[in-house]
Formats: sequence, structure tokens, C-alpha cells
Amino acid sequence: MNKWQASFTRCWAMIVKEMWAVLRDPRARLILVVPPILQLVLFASAATLEVTNVDIGILDHDNGPAAREFIQQLAGARNIHALVPLASEDDLAHAIDRRRVLCAIVLGPQFSRDAAAHRTATALAICDGRRSNSAQIMGGYLAQIATNTGAALRGLPPDAPGNGGTITRHMFNPNLDFLHFVLPALVATVASISALSVSGQSVARERELGSFDQLMVAPLRLPEILIGKMTPPLLVGLFNATLYLVVITQLFGVPLTGSVFAYYFATLFYLTANIGIGITLSSVAQTQQQAFLGVFLVTVPMSLLSGFSAPVDNMPHWLQIVALADPQMYMVDVMEGLFLKAMPFAAVLANVWPLMAISAVTLTVATLLFRSRME
Amino acid sequence: MSTPISPRRLRAMIVKESLQILRDPSTILIAFVLPIVLLLIFGYALNLDTGRTRIGLAQQDGGEAAASLALAYRNSRWFTVVESGAVPALKDDLVAGTLRGIIVIPQDFSRQAIAGKGTIEAITDGSVPNNAAFVATYAEGVRREWALDRAAERGHQPPPPIDLELRNWFNPGSISRHFLVPGAIAIVMTIIGSLLTALVVAREWERGTMEAIMATPLLMGELIATKVLPYYVLGLGAMTVCTVVSLVLFQVPFQGSALALFAIASCYLFCALGQGLMISALARNQFVASQIALLTAFLPSLLLSGFIYEISSAPLWVQMVTRIVPARYLIPSLQTVFLAGDDWGLFLPNMAVMLLFGAGFFAITVRATKRRVA
Repeated sequence: MNKWQASFTRCWAMIVKEMWAVLRDPRARLILVVPPILQLVLFASAATLEVTNVDIGILDHDNGPAAREFIQQLAGARNIHALVPLASEDDLAHAIDRRRVLCAIVLGPQFSRDAAAHRTATALAICDGRRSNSAQIMGGYLAQIATNTGAALRGLPPDAPGNGGTITRHMFNPNLDFLHFVLPALVATVASISALSVSGQSVARERELGSFDQLMVAPLRLPEILIGKMTPPLLVGLFNATLYLVVITQLFGVPLTGSVFAYYFATLFYLTANIGIGITLSSVAQTQQQAFLGVFLVTVPMSLLSGFSAPVDNMPHWLQIVALADPQMYMVDVMEGLFLKAMPFAAVLANVWPLMAISAVTLTVATLLFRSRME
Repeated sequence: MSTPISPRRLRAMIVKESLQILRDPSTILIAFVLPIVLLLIFGYALNLDTGRTRIGLAQQDGGEAAASLALAYRNSRWFTVVESGAVPALKDDLVAGTLRGIIVIPQDFSRQAIAGKGTIEAITDGSVPNNAAFVATYAEGVRREWALDRAAERGHQPPPPIDLELRNWFNPGSISRHFLVPGAIAIVMTIIGSLLTALVVAREWERGTMEAIMATPLLMGELIATKVLPYYVLGLGAMTVCTVVSLVLFQVPFQGSALALFAIASCYLFCALGQGLMISALARNQFVASQIALLTAFLPSLLLSGFIYEISSAPLWVQMVTRIVPARYLIPSLQTVFLAGDDWGLFLPNMAVMLLFGAGFFAITVRATKRRVA
């Protein structure tokens, strides 16, 4: 047997041992597959920044024709679930305080008279600032309805161009379906959680169980051990990525417009970047508990800085620089690109090379730390 | 068992558990450093107040009106025009993600504008729906304002038929941080209460020290109390640290009373600790416990609690699922105590639900523990 064959045999033995360590417990096997799918389905349905189905309060001091027209337009609006008639200012305050309505519209006694006299009729929308984001989005809808009502009162068609207008075309996702945005992003989030969880335990578990010493005296070279440690999270990650690809395209009907090769190419380097972080944390940790909390401490920032929950452009400048080190930020862009935008390979590569660089750095750090632990 | 609860025994055990926490520096790190780090990240990274969006400008018309409108976009506080050129090149940048939208001022625009018309086109990156909607709204907003200004210059500006004045109670500046930071405190309490407890107690099961304790004359109730109390104190400590950071660093107003905050936090911690103990008693393995805690406590608190995403917008079955997420009952109360003030009519029903959940979790823990040991 030559040198390389021997090395390959040892490496293989290490991989088999590591795979067993991860997959031996039937509950752990279940944990590796079921939650990622659950997360995908549940969170894809929940994570929407749209505001629909809200209740709006109406305090009508006017009761005139213009007010009736406005209320009718509100009642017909797509995003409004119900109109709650309010009797008084106190009633209004109570409805907002107790979160019965997101916004309440106050129509003053002059409303219809002003509208009839072609003066500007003023209405007041009071919104719950504890949910200011939703309130703001709702405010936009309400303003639109007010404009349409005004046009109707003057006998104009709903969105009369008047003096020009804007024709909007939403590319890649014409109906702005939130699901089409969330699902690709979740591939990045969930794959990272599972790769980090598995690789984060790898070294810490050995140390806690005392088998780290055995590993040190085993006739294995450092790269062989590391390849063995990297394989299970990589395989679990690739397995999950395949599962997502099937679920997203078949179950949710969001097509992969980019190439399958690019999907796996990006996923591979995304996983190695995460595994490097996981093994680094695992080498630093004294116990599994510390390793898990370490993993947790990086997972949350990684996901928040990825641009999935809030755009990176909105963050302060120093945080945007921190985000450059976040593999998830590149992966979210690639996934959105591959699923929705038919992203060409060159554009994918522009996001994958930072992943390669992050992988190189984190895996080097992991190796150095692991070596220092061995000595 | 008929032995009464012994205060001496209880005290000894609480001292033991507390020492155990204090001896491990990582626990202190988790209880005080991690919350601050998380709060900073939530406070700074999670900004839903859109700033400037990067757009491209395709000006196909050389006339005066087109140039003046292009200038209006360049000067707009909503957009940064990073590129101008032909549409196909700009579309490539839309694919690459360097632009979020393209404004097209078509040929013939200037001539049409003189006639009081003139239509432009906004092409957005629909892969980020929120941003796309923003670009569409504000592209038209800038255009309309420009058109109105020009009409006013020429002296005929019809007043709008209806003017809707928006007012935000509790958060007049409509600053998203003001409601996100109280939500982040809820997440921190979930981490200490459920995640940390699940992990620590699962380790005791894994190592067999739990059985050793159960062999002592300690009662089940005492055992649970001694496990819970130190983490309750830790959770309250973390909550206090977070509150101070929110008030001092993020300038979030605090309209309610400390008593209300303390009462709400206590009810939630009771529930979160119960959930953590239950997970550890059912899993008895650190890896499994950590993953279950992540999946059933942390992620739902983040995504299904109304913290970021409005619950009423989700499909009905998801709305049903949110009813069993304890944080869903905490977040409205926390946001209220910070931004609106004490409203016990809102707090008490929510607190009752949290206590009820907690009682259920503890009952399951007791059952699971008894059965496994017997």
C-alpha cells in the first residue's frame, strides 16, 4: 500500500466513525431532517411584511355622503378585514390601546361639506405606533384609498393619470409574492443552522466525553481528522439543500430559474464556510454547552446581518462592513438570484468567491486551534 | 411522599445550584454579555425604516422636462442614483443586486409633460418585495411632487379632494427601533429561560447527576424549584441589563412602571423556564435538547410572535400555531409597557395565559421525570 492509499483508508475510517457519531441516535437522525423542513414550511408562511387582514376603526362625526363614500371604499379594500365603528374619542383610544384596531380614521363634522364645496376635506388616521412598521404600510394603503375616494367624489376614474403617472413593472416576481422572496432566503438560514449545529458539536463532544485523547493518540494525521469532522455536516447540509430544492420547486411551485450546478456550487462553499466557523467554535469550547451557545451566538447575528429580515442598506455603515464577513449575506443574494432572477454564473461567482475566502480563513483558524488543542 | 417541604434543604440546594452557575464563567457570559450583544445587533441591524435605495436612471429623452425630473430623482432623499445608462445594462445590475430599481424617463416625455401628461416607468427588483414596493411608491411620489411643483409654477394647482393626515400614537416618529428593542428583550428572556435551562438540565441527565440528586430525600417540587430559581434570577438580571441598554443607548421611551415590567417578565420567565425544563426532561441529550429548544422556543419567538411579522397577515393555520407560542403573549405587553404605559387590562389576560402555559409545562416535566426514573 502506498502512502496515499493508506491515508485514504485512514480518512475513510474517520469519516465512517464521524458519520456514526452523528447518525447513531435515532432522535438525532430525525432532528437533522424534520426540523429543517418544518422551519421551511412554517416560517415561509409566517414571514411576511405585508399587512393584510387588519381591522380599522371608524369614528364618523360627519355621516354625510362623502364620508359614506370613503367608508364604502375602505370596506371594499383588499387589505382590510373589518371596519369597527367607534362611538367616541374614548372608544377610539380604548380600541387602539387594546390593539383591537391597527388604525382608526376620524372624519370631522365638516368632511362632507368641505368635499361638496370642492375644498380639501381632511380626515385623520390615528395608528398604533407600537406596530409602527405595519402602521406605516397601512397608512400607505389608506392614503391611496383616500385619493381614490377623492377622485370618485369628483367623478373621475379611480387612478386617473391626470398629469402623468408611473407605470410600475416588478421584475422577477411580478405580483410581489412574499413567499418567493422568503423561501430562497430560508435555504441560506436553515442550511446554516444545521451545518453549524453539527460541526459545532464535533470537537466539543469528544472533549466532554473524553474521547479527544483517544483521537490524539490514534494514528491519524491532522488533515485526516479534519476531513472526517467536516464530512458529516457537509453531507447533512447537501442532503438538506437537495430536499429544499425539491420542496421549493415542487411543493411551493417557485421555479429554479438559474442552473442546478450553480445551486450546488454555491451551497458547497457556503457549507464549508459555516463548517469552518463551527469547528473553530467547537475547538474553543470546553463543553458541548459552550459550543452550542457559541454556535447560537454567531447564528443569530449571521441571520440578522444577511439582509433577509431587514435590508443591509438600512444598517449603519460600520455594521455594513461587519456584514461583509457574513457568509449568509452572499448566500441570500445567490439564492434569490438563482431561484428568481436566472442569475448567470458570472454573477454567482462574484458572490461565491467571498464564500471561498471566508472558508479558507475559517478552516485555517479551525486547523490551527485544533492543532493547539492537540499539543 | 408525605415529607413536608424543608426550607433548609431547599436553601442548601439553591446555594448549590447558584454556585454551579457562578463557577462556570461561560454562564455569566451568556447571561450578561450575550443579551447585550444580541440587543445591539437587533437594535442596529434590524432597521425597517428604509433609508436611501440604490437606483439606476435611464433617461431616454433629452428635453428640459426630462432633465428636470432626472434632477428631482438625483436630489430625492429616498434614492441614490448610482448609475445612469441604457435599460439592458441597468437590468444586468438589477440581476446582480447592485441596483434595487430602475427609473425610465421615456422618449417623448418632455413633449408630453408640456401637455400636462408624461408617464415614466419604474422597474423594480421584485425578488425583495418590500424594497420593490417602496421603490414603486416613492418613484411615483417623486414624480407627482415634481409635477405638482411645475403646475404650481405655472399657477394652477388643484387642491387634493381628500387629505389624510397620519398620526402615530406611542411612537410619533414612527421609529422601528422603538418597538423592535422591547421585542428583542423578549427574545433574550427566551434564550435564558428556555434555551439555557434546557441545555444545562439536559447535561445533568446526560451525565447521570440528575439521578444522583433524585436519590436524595429531595422532593420533586423542591428539585424543580431549585433548578428554576437561579435561572429566574439570571433571567431577571439579563432583562434589567437589556432595559438599561435600551433606555440609555437606544433612547427607547419607558412610559410604564418598573413594577409592571417586573410582573410581566416574571410571568414569562415562569413559562419559559417551564418550557426549558420540559424539553430537557423529554430529550435528556444535549444535542437533541438544543435543537428542540431552538426550534420550539427560539425561532417561534422570533418569527411567530408578532415581533417582526404581523400575525394577522399570516395564513389562518399559522395564526392558530401562534396561539401556542408563549412569546406572542409577552411582546404586546412589553411594547405597551415601554411605549404606551401601564394598561393592566391588557397585561393581566396575557399574564394569565403565560402562567397557564407555564403550569402546563411544569406538569409535563413532573410526569416525564417520574416516569423515567421509576
